Amino acid sequence: MNWLSPILLLLVTWLAVYAQAQGTFLRDFLGAPPTLLPALVVYAAFTHGIVVIALLTVLAGLWVDSLSGSRIGVSIPALFALGFVLHTRQHLLLREQRYAQFWLGLGSGIAVPLLTAAILQFSGSDPAFGWFTIRQLIVLGLLNGVACPACFLLFDRLRGMFEYQPADPVPYGMNRQMKRGRN
Amino acid sequence: MFKRTHYIVLSSVAPLLLVLLNLPSGAAVRLKLAVGGVFLPLFGLSSSAQAFVDRASYDLLPRSVLISELRRLEQENIALRISAAQGADALAENNRLRTQLGALPRGPWKPRLARVVGREPTTWWRTLLIDYGSREGAQVNQAVITPDGLVGRIATVGFSHSQVALIGDAACGVSVLIAETRDQGTIKGPQPTTEAGIVELNTFQNSPQILAGHRVVTSGDGGVFPKGLPVGSVLDTHPASAGLYTTARLRLGANLNRLEEVWVLQP
Repeated sequence: MNWLSPILLLLVTWLAVYAQAQGTFLRDFLGAPPTLLPALVVYAAFTHGIVVIALLTVLAGLWVDSLSGSRIGVSIPALFALGFVLHTRQHLLLREQRYAQFWLGLGSGIAVPLLTAAILQFSGSDPAFGWFTIRQLIVLGLLNGVACPACFLLFDRLRGMFEYQPADPVPYGMNRQMKRGRN
Repeated sequence: MFKRTHYIVLSSVAPLLLVLLNLPSGAAVRLKLAVGGVFLPLFGLSSSAQAFVDRASYDLLPRSVLISELRRLEQENIALRISAAQGADALAENNRLRTQLGALPRGPWKPRLARVVGREPTTWWRTLLIDYGSREGAQVNQAVITPDGLVGRIATVGFSHSQVALIGDAACGVSVLIAETRDQGTIKGPQPTTEAGIVELNTFQNSPQILAGHRVVTSGDGGVFPKGLPVGSVLDTHPASAGLYTTARLRLGANLNRLEEVWVLQP
């Protein structure tokens, strides 16, 4: 198995979590921290194995919680559930089409924070939750909707650069075939 | 439907989650700080880059601008020293009177500068990270301020970094006092608004005498924040719970969205 792609994915996730805790301009513009983790998990779910998905979601959740006011581990279930469900249902979902990637990113950008909020509520925490949350969820959904096709584009290109490409099954054109014998 | 690997992964992640979510709070905080250590290189890189940009901008500044700035700071320094001398005299007098009344004298604040290195990465909390940890003497519950007003309190302490719970977060309730009317109240979290710099405070009784523009300071109750720290000013008020108490909207003195440096008050 080629480990370059998972390592690259983890590296980008690490940087994405750090960027999520920075970026005053983007944060002010969006009105919410610019989280790209759902889009990255969608990409991982369609292109990597379940072990890499589990590793990515557990590490991403731990990293986010380490910088946040949340209890450690709270962010993992939503990310892991997203990755697991998409991975096991990938044969039913479109993967190549950009519009499908957009809708998957949008849905996951809304679903992951909602599920995390539900877990926080059930665990007895008291997160900031109100009408403004709806606006934040829409913004995060749109952000991930845009980021998801970009992830596919970027990572596929990077994988193309660093991984061996499958050989062309027909090494020569049929119209160039030499015919032997007399006519 | 599922492959064997799926079952193995599920049976590995589920117990891990159960353990993580049921860790004792002390262990959870220690684990959190340990995991957060992976970002230290990036924090260090960010600090170095900021210092490099600062140095470069200083080198680019003309000498005349630097000299005029130096003169302005010298004058401001003299004015502050005179004001501090006056304040020290008043503090000494206050402490003498407190001693005569049998109360403990109030010690001077020892502010320590800290730089903001990170902000809350989720939408559920209001926290930030500062480069001020246990090696600098940080402790849980130390007040964090700016010259404009209160920012919050230190919630968790790591070796080189600490997490600050901001005013309006669920982990940072503040007991306050309206300076003009001496009405007491509390600012509790989580706040129902994300409007920049606006929080709500509830007084303990109906207080129609509170007016817009009145100053709000910490009351010193609760033992976390010293008495008299500026918090903000009243924007408007309205009676709540059929006039049992008053709810006031408060504009915070410190702009919590634009913090770059803060001061930690050491006891």
